[in-house]
Parts: sequence; structure tokens; C-alpha cells
Amino acid sequence: MTTPKAEWMKQRYPKAADRRERFATLSDADVEPLYAAEDLDDWRYADKLGHPGEFPYTRGVHASMYRGKLWTMRQFAGFGTAEDTNERFKFLLAQGQTGLSTAFDMPTLMGYDADHPRALGEVGREGVAVSSLADMEALFADVPLDRVTTSMTVNCTASVLLAMYFAVAERRGISFDQLGGTIQNDMLKEFIAQKEWISPPEPSVRVVVDMIEFCAREAPRWHPVSISGYHIREAGSTAAQELAFTLADGIGYVEAAVARGLDVDSFAPRLSFFFNVHNDFFEEIAKLRAARRIWATTMRERFGARQPKSMMLRTHCQTAGCSLTAQQPVNNVVRVAIQALAGVLGGTQSLHTNSMDETLALPSEESVLVALRTQQIIAEETGVANFVDPLGGSYAVEAITDRIEAEALDYIRRIDDMGGIVRAIELGFPQKEIAEASYRFQQQLDRGQQVMVGVNKYQLEDEPPIEVLRIGADVERKQADRVRARKAARDAAAVRQALAEVRRAAAEETNLMPPILAAVKVECTVGEISDIFRETFGVYRDPAWI
Amino acid sequence: MSHDDRPLRILVAKPGLDGHDRGAKIIARAFRDAGFEVIYTGLHQTPEMIAEAAAQEDVDAIGLSILSGAHMTLFPAVIEELRKRDLADVTVFGGGIVPAEDMPELEKLGVRGIFTPGASTDTIVQWVREHVAARAA
Repeated sequence: MTTPKAEWMKQRYPKAADRRERFATLSDADVEPLYAAEDLDDWRYADKLGHPGEFPYTRGVHASMYRGKLWTMRQFAGFGTAEDTNERFKFLLAQGQTGLSTAFDMPTLMGYDADHPRALGEVGREGVAVSSLADMEALFADVPLDRVTTSMTVNCTASVLLAMYFAVAERRGISFDQLGGTIQNDMLKEFIAQKEWISPPEPSVRVVVDMIEFCAREAPRWHPVSISGYHIREAGSTAAQELAFTLADGIGYVEAAVARGLDVDSFAPRLSFFFNVHNDFFEEIAKLRAARRIWATTMRERFGARQPKSMMLRTHCQTAGCSLTAQQPVNNVVRVAIQALAGVLGGTQSLHTNSMDETLALPSEESVLVALRTQQIIAEETGVANFVDPLGGSYAVEAITDRIEAEALDYIRRIDDMGGIVRAIELGFPQKEIAEASYRFQQQLDRGQQVMVGVNKYQLEDEPPIEVLRIGADVERKQADRVRARKAARDAAAVRQALAEVRRAAAEETNLMPPILAAVKVECTVGEISDIFRETFGVYRDPAWI
Repeated sequence: MSHDDRPLRILVAKPGLDGHDRGAKIIARAFRDAGFEVIYTGLHQTPEMIAEAAAQEDVDAIGLSILSGAHMTLFPAVIEELRKRDLADVTVFGGGIVPAEDMPELEKLGVRGIFTPGASTDTIVQWVREHVAARAA
């Protein structure tokens, strides 16, 4: 007969011999010495897990998971000019990558053309510079848009960049309904964490809903929003906060779209998610499992969704950039591999693995290849992809899944009580919670209670520098010249007319996508259309809470 | 009270377009906990805005957080704007993603200290105590 857990703890567990006084996760949650059947009291398989592909999808959204189709290997890439990035895209596809993911530079992300004074020093640095349709054409030159799915990480200017992508496809004779891909377009998490914005939350959400509505009608294979926890985590949140604020953002979009009069099942199947996979192996796996369970339940119970696809949380994952170290950068390869494995065991649909040199610069071709190969090794050598949710039923994993779920639901309830996520953001609630957690973690790190190998333990005195990617100083000038030349060459009357139509739709609250699509086709730029947002919706300023 | 006895006033500033403010916020808080008076500009500041804030707040030092790769443009631009306002004696330091080979050039331009990922808040606070003096009123 087995002793009860409490009895076992008292009689058998040598507490005094523990290496440390307290064991905690990366998110500072207690870890017990043992998880056993008693931790899953009142726990019913059918309610908590269900088989893979069955409600509440804790064990995965597909019945056969990676036995049917491996996750999409999608490396985020973008730097310099459109031509530079196009070359990297083709390199990655040639190496067996199965989807594209585009990083735009800061001016593009913030709504400035390359020739704007605020773009100075930033053109092509953190991503690829795209100011007008010609750049988008060059970016996707020779890429079969009807066969490759593309992800675009862009938010406050997402409507413009999506319109450009659609316009490029149209020119090549590919209809919108053949296009598969994702645009991040998650403005709520911008205010919470990533902080690239133009206008305040309310008009920003309105544009997101315009895009959800437009895509549901015109581009049914496109994911018009990727509800993102990644940046929330990178800003310093705990795992449970990442989960809670992401799902609260998702609830915010569903509420706004339903308020617009859309039927929940008409758009919910195309909502997708994006989570971080950080270092704490089991906690990360549990987070992804809890995410699926909460979302499925929320969609069915709270929003009355009837289609199973509306209830399935499908997600992209990226390994944690903030976990990487500038010190002994080759160690990052190991971190990334372990995090990627957590993403796979957590049941992700798509994965980006960071490159070892990303604390120093954008990744070089050599380091991005190692990152991609890491996924291929997990997929083809380790055997983990032969199993469907192999950790399901583990006492520890199920107990942590329940714990994170409870913590996230508690946050969601508090946000509901405040009047919803937009109000909570205006109050600074998620922002302050994250800043608090981030500062706490830094203090633990400074005291050695959290360890970063090579940083606060196992340091090396002398480290040889590694080769990193440099962005040429001529990129900025070339790109600014190109924008100026395109502006001079286009049909000025058509541009004026098209911008007036965008302005009218912005003010009259009709769907912005059709006029933006028309505007990018006559080469209106990211900056010009963003200026209309600034004029019509106002400019949001950082409340700068510390 | 002589100016030597008053707490140091530090402007933590975030120039450029990116939103990576985790480091800036942590350092602002660590400075506050260390007893400095801290003014945080918030995100998306231009060099003019930062120099203007430094003048208005009468700070002793400016800590710039830059993770966008634009450090070779933004550090000199802030220093130039300070010079225009007769604030060349304000200590400029910074942190973020700055490759080692860029550091000598930044030092030559007048950036007094650069902290890269992994620097502890204690190290940075200690550096400020040793390298920043309260400016004469």
C-alpha cells in the first residue's frame, strides 16, 4: 500500500538535505518535491484533457499531431533592403524551411517612410524597410505566394502592409482566397508590452476588427490577427501573466468583433496565437496546454461558439530571446534547443528558433542555419514527434497546468471586473504587473537566486568576439532615395484621391481595408497612410510608468 | 546645502522608434531604489526631446537605452543636442545591444560608459556613484 503524499513527505522526504531552501519555477512559483495522484483531486480526464483533437484540446488541436504533419518551421527574418531579405527568404526555403516570417524595420512598424527624419539611423536595422508597393514586390520576388504561407510581424501599420501583400498577389494573378498566412496585428499587446503604436487603444482595435471582418469575407485562409504573448513575456512577465494577458486580449478582440455584428463562428477559426517558450521546461509545456483549455472553454461558454475550429487555440511559438546571453553565445544553441523541445511537447503548430547571436545583432546566415537545423533535429532525430502529447497524464505536468490555468483565470476575472482589457490597459494594470515581475526577476538574478550561465555563474574572463551581421550604412540612403524617387514618379492626382478615400473611411468608420488596398496600388506609402491615422485618431503617448 | 549633498538627478531616456523598454524601466527603478532622483522619458523620444528634458529637469546624467542598432546615430545626436544647449557637462552613458567594436568610437564621441546585456543593476548603480557628480547649480 502506498503512503499518502503528506505522510510520505513527513516520513521519507529528506527535506534537510535539499540543495536549497525553496524550489521555484522561472516565474517564481513554488515547485513541490513530488506530484502524485492526490494533486489531481476531482480531476476527470474527459473534462480536463479529452483525447487529442477533442474538446477542450488540452492534449492538442489535432488528433494525430506531428504524425500527420510536422509543425511549420518558420524563421523570422528581415534586414536591410527588400532585396537583402528576399535573398535570406530564398536561402531559408532552400534549407527546408516550410513557411516565411517577415521582420520589418522600426520605421515601417511605426508608420514612417525611410526618408522621414524620425527614421534616421533605423532604416533596415531591426528588420526590412518597406515603404511602398515596390518594396513589397521586391521582398517577395520569386516567392510562390499561393504555395508558401507567410507571416508578417507588424501591428499599427498592419492594415497597410497586408494591403500591400494582397496587392502583390493580385498583380501575379493570385486571388485573395488562395493566400495563406498570418499578420500579427495584435494592437492590445502593443500597449501592454511591445509598444509600437500610433493611435490610442480604441481606434486601434477598430482597425483590427476592420481587418478581421475584411479577411473573413475576402481572404478566408488568412489569419488576420496573431494574439501574442511573446512580447509580454519578453517584457518580463511570468508565464501565467503571459497566458492571462494574451487570452484577455483575445477576449477583447472577440468582444469587439461580436459587437460589430459578426457571427463568432465566422471569424474565430482564423484567430491564431503566438507564445513564448522560455527556459522553465515543464512550466512552458503546461502553459501551452492550459492556453488551449481556457480558450476552448471561453469560446464555447462565454461566446457561444458552435464550430470546433472556433474553440481550437492554434499557436506559433518562438524561443525566448530574453533568455539568451551575450556572454558565451554558443551556449544559446543549447538554450534554444531545450526551449524548442518544450514548444514541440507543448503542441505548437509553428515554431521559430532564435539564433545564438541575437543578443549582439540580427542573425548571420550561419547562426540562423543552426537554429533551423535544431528544429529539424528535434523533428527527425529525437523521436518526440512520433508521440501525441507524450506528457499528458504526468502528475507534475497536469498539476502545473491546473495551477497556471487557475492563475490566468484569476487575472482574466480581475480584468473583466475592471471593465475589460482596454480599460485595464488604460489603467496600466497589465503594464504595471509586468514591470513588477520583471524587476523582481532582475533582483533575483542580481542576488544569484536565478542563474544565467555565463552571466552570473560560470563566467569566462576572456571571450573571443564572434562574427555578427552588419547592416551597411548605405542601406538607409539607398532606401530613402528609392522612396523619394517612387514618390516623384507616381500619379499625384490618383494618390491624392486615394488618400482622401482612406481619410473618409477613417472618419466615417466604414471598413478601412478597401480604400487602403486601393491606395497602396497607386503607391501611397506606409508613412502617408499612417499620417491619416495620426490626424484622424490622434497619437498615443507612452505613459512611462516605472 | 551644497550641491554635493543633494541626490543625483538622472534622466533615463529611450531614444528611437523601438519599444524595448524592459531594461530602461528596470534601471530607472534600480536608480530610484539607490536613492537617485529619476526621470524616465518614456519611449520613442527624439534626441531633441531628450536634451530638452535634460535641460528642464536639470539632470546630472543621462542614461540612454538603445536596442535598435541605431546607437551610432542616436548617441552622437543626443550629445550634439546637449552641446547646443550648453549641457556638455551632463554625463552621458548607456546600455543595450552595442557590439564591442563600436565602443571605442562611442567613447571618443563622449559616451562615458556602456553596459551590455548581463550587466547587473548593482554594477551600473556603482558606476554612476563613481562617475557622476552633482553639477553645480
